Amino acid sequence: MSEPPRKPVMTEAIAVTINGKEIEAQKGELLIDAAQRNGTYIPRFCYHPRMTPVGMCRMCLVEVDTGRGPALQPSCMIECAPNMVVDTESDNVRKAQDGVLEFLLINHPLDCPVCDKGGECPLQDQTMAYGPGESRWVEEKRHYTKPIAISETVYLDRERCILCDRCTRFADEVAGDPLIHFMDRGAATQVNTFPGEPFSSYFSGNVVQICPVGALTAKPYRFKARPWDLEQVESTCQGCSVGCRITVESSRDRLLRYNGVDSDPVNWGWLCDKGRFGFEAINSEDRLSGPLVRSGDALVPAHWNDALGAAAAAITSGLSTGGGAGAVAVLGGARLTNESAYAWAKLAKGVIGTDNVDAQLGDGLPADVVLGLPTATIDEVCTPGGVILYLGPDPKEELPVLFLRLKHAVERDGAKLVEVVPARTGLSRWATATVTYPPGEAASVVAALLDGSADLDQAAVAALAGATNVTVVLGRPSLAESAASIVDAAAAIVAARPEARFLSGLRRSNVMGALDAGLAPGMLPGRVRRADAHDHYTSAWGGGLPESDGLDAHGILTAAAEGRIDTLILVGADPISDFPDRALAERGIAGARTVIAIDTFLTESSRRADIVLAAAAFGEVSGTTTNIEGRVSRLAQKVTAPGTARADWAIVIDLAARLGRHLGVSNVEDIAAEMARLAPSWANVTAEFLAASGHEDGVVLPLPVSETVAHSEVPEAEATAEPEPDAAEPDADVVVVEAPRVLPPLVSFVAPTPTTIPSPDAYGFRLVVNRTMYDRGVLLSNSPSSSGLADAATARMNPVDLETLGLVTGAAVKLIAGDRSIVLPSRSDAGVPKGTVVVPHHRSESGPTTLISADHQVCDVRIEVAS
Amino acid sequence: MTDTPMIVSSRWDEPTGHTLDGYRSTGSYTGYAALERALSMSPAELSAEVKGATLLGRGGAGFPAGVKWGFCPPGVWPRYLVVNGDESEPGTYKDRILMERDPHQLIEGCLIAAYAIGCAQVFLYVRGEMAHAQERLAVALNEAYAANLVGKNIMGTDFSVDIVLHWGAGAYIVGEETALIESLEGNRGMPRLKPPFFPAAKGLYMKPTIVNNVETLANLPWLVLNGIEAYTAIGSEASPGTRLVSVSGHVNRPGVFEIPQGTTTYRELFEDDRYCRGIRDGHELKMFIPGGASAPWFFPEQIDLPLEGKVVSGAGSMLGSGAIVVMDETTDAVKACLRIVRFFARESCGKCTPCREGTSWEEKILQRIMDGHGRPSDIDALLDIADNISPGPYPVASHPDAGLEAIPFPPRQTTICPLGPSSVAPITSAIRRFRHEFEAKITKRDLIAVSAGAHS
Repeated sequence: MSEPPRKPVMTEAIAVTINGKEIEAQKGELLIDAAQRNGTYIPRFCYHPRMTPVGMCRMCLVEVDTGRGPALQPSCMIECAPNMVVDTESDNVRKAQDGVLEFLLINHPLDCPVCDKGGECPLQDQTMAYGPGESRWVEEKRHYTKPIAISETVYLDRERCILCDRCTRFADEVAGDPLIHFMDRGAATQVNTFPGEPFSSYFSGNVVQICPVGALTAKPYRFKARPWDLEQVESTCQGCSVGCRITVESSRDRLLRYNGVDSDPVNWGWLCDKGRFGFEAINSEDRLSGPLVRSGDALVPAHWNDALGAAAAAITSGLSTGGGAGAVAVLGGARLTNESAYAWAKLAKGVIGTDNVDAQLGDGLPADVVLGLPTATIDEVCTPGGVILYLGPDPKEELPVLFLRLKHAVERDGAKLVEVVPARTGLSRWATATVTYPPGEAASVVAALLDGSADLDQAAVAALAGATNVTVVLGRPSLAESAASIVDAAAAIVAARPEARFLSGLRRSNVMGALDAGLAPGMLPGRVRRADAHDHYTSAWGGGLPESDGLDAHGILTAAAEGRIDTLILVGADPISDFPDRALAERGIAGARTVIAIDTFLTESSRRADIVLAAAAFGEVSGTTTNIEGRVSRLAQKVTAPGTARADWAIVIDLAARLGRHLGVSNVEDIAAEMARLAPSWANVTAEFLAASGHEDGVVLPLPVSETVAHSEVPEAEATAEPEPDAAEPDADVVVVEAPRVLPPLVSFVAPTPTTIPSPDAYGFRLVVNRTMYDRGVLLSNSPSSSGLADAATARMNPVDLETLGLVTGAAVKLIAGDRSIVLPSRSDAGVPKGTVVVPHHRSESGPTTLISADHQVCDVRIEVAS
Repeated sequence: MTDTPMIVSSRWDEPTGHTLDGYRSTGSYTGYAALERALSMSPAELSAEVKGATLLGRGGAGFPAGVKWGFCPPGVWPRYLVVNGDESEPGTYKDRILMERDPHQLIEGCLIAAYAIGCAQVFLYVRGEMAHAQERLAVALNEAYAANLVGKNIMGTDFSVDIVLHWGAGAYIVGEETALIESLEGNRGMPRLKPPFFPAAKGLYMKPTIVNNVETLANLPWLVLNGIEAYTAIGSEASPGTRLVSVSGHVNRPGVFEIPQGTTTYRELFEDDRYCRGIRDGHELKMFIPGGASAPWFFPEQIDLPLEGKVVSGAGSMLGSGAIVVMDETTDAVKACLRIVRFFARESCGKCTPCREGTSWEEKILQRIMDGHGRPSDIDALLDIADNISPGPYPVASHPDAGLEAIPFPPRQTTICPLGPSSVAPITSAIRRFRHEFEAKITKRDLIAVSAGAHS
């Protein structure tokens, strides 16, 4: 029971006496929390600070005297009141604790030696600390089949269960998937699923973590280790960009488990299953363990020396082909740590000199939109009573823990949430209003909602009309709808509500960090425009920076397809799978003379590369990452990378050296120090600053001015972060590092000229391509417990549309766009508006991205009955 | 049948007493006349009348209904009236007969209470197994709606109220008011914690809710028609009016009787010709349960106590729901104890640890003793398990021969609701009085003969 106590709501400080000592509590604070905050731990099983107290286990009974004499009361249900006198150690309390523990143990199997929880079990620990030591039970214990699978990943051993209601409460009130419940009565009470309905929740792994006994275990961890053999470090999940804090746990240099850490501004201890079980992919046998170089049709293992030499030669020859630096392009970077992303930006923009760099694969939003709009943190978006405008992908599928926070804000904290989405999402059930728009029309719908002019959902209009402080979650709702139409919607929001603040809804793990580090066309590290920061970095890096803004992913792939890109570098990028226009991605990769891929796995794209460099993955590198809020938090190295796979920043330093330049940094600490010194958004965010007390949850970039000033008053701490001059390498071409006095201004959003959206074709459907949590992505395919969870793709359509076509759910339909088509089973879904068809990305062989043209703002398809 | 005015049972023997016509034309008062009178008063006056008559709750706790109504926080709407018709205490069957034989009396009582409280929505929760009562109530409610006695603008006034019937699904614990509210909300019937979930403040759908027993409400029409004086003239000062008692077990005439409250003694009830007509022939009283299976047992020494709430609590038990179980000398005390404990073990909702685990543990030990596998340590274990469910001295009757004083009601509890502590009542009662019977079974010296009667 390592959960921290609830953060008290500051109401009125009152004095409460606990065990003779007077403590200060807040009026209305739960006694169990007030006691814990003041150093008196009251044992408990059912109480969880992030869930409604239920007072069921009776372990937290203490004697409370409110003037009428002491009485045993559950401290998880009693609110502190002035002059309350509490005894947590009286004879009566000890007798009650003995009694409850003896009761809990009478039917508990005591199979601790073979139980995963043994060694970290609250029942064991509290029995040792508070229990009677022996049992008078001589009857036969309760028996059940053990264990039963309640989902693909979670097993339930009902004999071990102490019926604390933690898992069932989590499923119901936190996840919103009330698929497990109490059944039967009395001592025969058991937790179970409804017949034939598994506990298929995206958040099922959390119940394993919060189970106070070994009743719930997770398939990926069962029998893999004993807790005392595990080592753990705290880190930040890279499954998506929410940035949940986790413990990374390993034994014998192998990742075995992630557990959620209760980070108050971010994940509250919760994780999604994709993140929680993501370590399986890192342990995969299919990981790249060394460099590969193309020999004919095959990629064959090579020495690093040869592979790096070949890569450097390819870049050098690219630079000399006449296209100049622009003939080299870099795609990707969202997988990297901030430090590696910065190293790549420095290599690409400072050494190679190309601005054809994009961390996003046409599935995000332009960097100046993401970085240049006024930002809001998750806590600010979820402010009790606040108003949220949600324009983005299905958060339950793409940003699952943000979904939990939004759901909580609406359900329990009185926030109002208006969704503007192409089809209903997993959050719609809780949303105040869900306004669906035809793909391409986001801007006009948002504008109409905000000025209340159009005949739209009145609940949505009313919620927004009364709001003085709207926060906006902004992402890409569909791959088949261009970023431009979402940018226009953002511009419409800014025009109508200049005070609105935005939270990014982009999903790739460290996309924010990559953009912040300048891995985007027209940008340089530290959230600055290339044009504004050209001189700053020229003096800092020593020249050679691009003189004009480069191409984004769409531009790069188009140029490559037309033979204008000589060397295409894929940094953890798989455009064939991920770029919305699959055909263009394929042509781009085929069109580049040399493709260099740096990755952890062979992907559809890296299989076609000429040189493949093996990179270290999450848990194998240290550094920092930046979440959707711009919150920088630390990543920890726990295990060693397979074979000779190397950290990305190390690959960059070597590549630079082979290009004849020393990057001026030789380790992560150097890079971090240089970022804190040079990159404006990173100003003063040094390793020491991040490690300082009070920054356990990370810090949101950029620091408020007051904090920057306060911090700069301690120059000693900063001085230690200065990189030591690398005396071992007296290279003539060391990049000169000079601290400039005035930093360039941070980027701000400038609304572009609105895009024209073509009218829908009367016979056509508008395509929406969304992502789902479980798909055929490389990481999931390499996670044995989760790989089977991706359902086959279906084309979801409004029941009326389906009927018009004379079809029933399940009938095969052919989606046709120009000369391209795919065939899928149809599915009736009233959450999809008429005229729209929704197809999940990456869940079938014939993916919907084959239908999309990146040149079009929207993708209109004809639907025919497939023969 | 009796010389006491019949307040709630006056139509039980009338063949048409359950119909609207019968309700208006038979019995000790005219049906729905009280509603008319009530509607001519202000809700405050009506409440004052009920409060003045000290109408004690008949569900078990015996709390004055008029006072309870006043607990709704002022100005908070909507508020609800929930009628507890989930009568399931072993030995109790008075509400069933009230609902089966005089449903309109209950409906009129609901309307009067709703008017006094100021609620527009009444939920009538009837135990799932009582099919006949459900049918009678449904038919009566249809008649009442048709006659504009329920619904919009009742009797042409601006008073409107709807009554919803809800059938239980078979759990004893739903008789506990907060579990009943959970069940009514569609959840598994498990009690809520008090505090903070006192129904009058945070009840059904977290709104102020008054939960009243069927019999309590059935008293209202007569009370409103006849007034405080007539009502308080019956029974004792502290417990005016009549009350229904359900007597079962070893008496010559078991049944439900309406008796003046607070003045009738157990002896009168057991021996009087109007009531039970004596312990069954040739046998002697061994013990009796004075107020439902949850009540600590009484013995021949307590037979002259009146059926009066405070007196019975002071003597170490409770009047409860008025279910009296009489056991003669043929009854095996250990077996009787096991039967009652088994009931509570099976009906424990499983929510809190001491009740869920403790009651079934007690049952297993008692069963083992019955099976001849008792251990000498079992008696102390039973008492200590009981103490872990209900800490401290448990209410029990005096035992003059052994020089033991009574311990007054109520018990303390480590549990959420009183179900767990209820299971302790037969254990402490039986062991204190009949320890030798337990010891005899454990040592197998003398397996006493067991009656094959109603309680075997």
